[in-house]
Amino acid sequence: VTPPAHVYRAEARNALLRARREIVTPEGIPISFTLASVGDRAAALFIDLVIMAGTTLAVVTLANLAFGGGFRGSWLVPLIIILLFLLLNFYFAFFEVRWQGATPGKRRVGLRVIDGRGGQLEASAVLARNLMRELELWMPLRFLLGGSELWPDAPPWATVLAGAWIFVFLLLPLLNKDRLRAGDLIAGTRVVVQPKPVLVADLADTTMSGHQLLFPPGMMTEAAPPPPPPQANPYAPPGMFPAPPVVPAPAAPAPRRGGPLFTFSEGQLEVYGEFELQVLENVLRDTGGIDREQTLGVVAEKIQTKIAYSPRISPGQEERFLREFYAAQRAHLEKRMLFGKRKADKYKK
Amino acid sequence: MRSVSFRREREASWQELEDLIALADRDGVRALTAGQLARLPHLYRATLSALSVARSISLDQALTQYLESLVGRAYFVVYGTRQHLRSQIWDYLSWRWPAAVRRRWRALLLAFVLTVAGASVAFVMTRDNMDYYYTFMGEMAQGRTPASSTSELRGVLYDNDATASSMLGTFAAQLFSNNARVGILAFALGFVVGLPTAFLLFYNGLVLGAFAALYASRGLSIDLWGWLLPHGVTELSAVMLAGAGGFTIAAAIAFPGVKSRLENLRDHGKDAARIVIGCVIMLFFAGMIEGIFRQTVTSVPVRYTVAGVTAVWWLFYFLVVGRRREDEDRLARGEI
Repeated sequence: VTPPAHVYRAEARNALLRARREIVTPEGIPISFTLASVGDRAAALFIDLVIMAGTTLAVVTLANLAFGGGFRGSWLVPLIIILLFLLLNFYFAFFEVRWQGATPGKRRVGLRVIDGRGGQLEASAVLARNLMRELELWMPLRFLLGGSELWPDAPPWATVLAGAWIFVFLLLPLLNKDRLRAGDLIAGTRVVVQPKPVLVADLADTTMSGHQLLFPPGMMTEAAPPPPPPQANPYAPPGMFPAPPVVPAPAAPAPRRGGPLFTFSEGQLEVYGEFELQVLENVLRDTGGIDREQTLGVVAEKIQTKIAYSPRISPGQEERFLREFYAAQRAHLEKRMLFGKRKADKYKK
Repeated sequence: MRSVSFRREREASWQELEDLIALADRDGVRALTAGQLARLPHLYRATLSALSVARSISLDQALTQYLESLVGRAYFVVYGTRQHLRSQIWDYLSWRWPAAVRRRWRALLLAFVLTVAGASVAFVMTRDNMDYYYTFMGEMAQGRTPASSTSELRGVLYDNDATASSMLGTFAAQLFSNNARVGILAFALGFVVGLPTAFLLFYNGLVLGAFAALYASRGLSIDLWGWLLPHGVTELSAVMLAGAGGFTIAAAIAFPGVKSRLENLRDHGKDAARIVIGCVIMLFFAGMIEGIFRQTVTSVPVRYTVAGVTAVWWLFYFLVVGRRREDEDRLARGEI
């Protein structure tokens, strides 16, 4: 049995939420970032390694072309040795200092290094996290490419032991919840996903457009489940929180031309809280789903039942109803907020 | 609705910030004009305060998420490393490096003691029984063994025909990159509570001591130290500094004190990195002296003069340079 699409989406959203980490900016305002996944970091590292290998190859090829085979023994050799040393040990640090915490690979994948406490990313921190690569990256690599130089005639058990010990460092990001590698630990840095700011239209500010998504009226009545009876909070001991009040709605006034089609009483807007408002926002904004029309119908039906909306809306008006309910509900909750009275969800007073 | 008009009033300035950041990301912060650069922190703070207002008056999830992303994006640009690379290097050389070394003098002392202990043990043991020489040197003997004649041993110290002068640069560069790698490794191994670092330093001392004992047994001590010290002063100091960097990290893990281990690592790690970068610079000069100067200059008085000058220079540098800036910095951070 394949779980429905919304289960996948919910799981993806939860995984994202688990990877959120809050920092406090020097101005004292908390903002949160998403930790980079280990896969993304490996991809960024791979790109950087390819660039480094390409540079090395280019330098050696150029030297060969310019001086023929006879450049060995010229002043060029020490220059190349030092250049390669600098490339190996300072490539990452150089770019992370110059590009505000991004190397070419990180930039391509969309990652950044930040200070874990939210302060300025110091050059010394960048150096510290990248010098550790000697232990975390180059040593295992050298180990893989040919035995350890530290112990030339090592017995096999020592090789296995040393290999395991060294690869612990490579696996370190998988073993802690902040996905820190040893370099991040000693520098106090974190690698996060570079956020993409996208400002979408305010649902409460748009003139209605595209809400007349009509679908066969018969489909709605079939798809909608029977309205569930109001339930008490299942997590509270019986009697502690009574079921949310269902306020009988006054008769809806005749719709005005161009203005809102639906009106909601104070009592009807007291039923839901901020959590439900945001769920509704997500439902309305989720235009990608193939089951959108059906979802809107089900949600509109549930809300009407819950707030005892009467008379029931006619089929085809679901999206407009939900948008107007969203705007009214948000205005109501924001007004409460101004007086310091927040309502987290439908179970709170 | 309040939140709707709030957004309408500020949207333009958010867009401006978004454009500035896109520009800075594409072409670097340096590509911004003076006017844009002055505008950036202003817009950042305005957007930051808009975020905190939005959190308290708006329930539009899309808006707060947008502002948080925008602020996060701007945060990289505003709080990424912004100082000019050249001024950072100057800052580092003029006070941050010697200050870091002074701050971690205990770690440096430990590295010094381990090296001297290794050297003394190997010296005494080898002097009494030359067989230990092979134990301590292993692969590194390279024809300089107790079996060699005194004139052969002496030849190693003054032999300048062995390498063609065109190869000296290569020799120096290889010495540098190998030593620097070991130095960085000594630092990084501090992460495993410093035991491998201690072993590395002690072993370094053992080799030195065994070598000294062999030459002392043939009455070549003065010649040996003239050969070793011109680059050795710098190189040995650099290796001890790298070890001190490793111990600085190890101390954060082993003796956390009142702070948590992670917090300690953050503070100590940066100091350790500062010390080790300096050690790479020192090893560069040591490599030049060892690879070029030592192979071409055989006069003992000149060799000792160079050794003395480098010793005085490093003592002066680490004890005196940058004290005023260091004190100012500590004052600013409320440490004194």
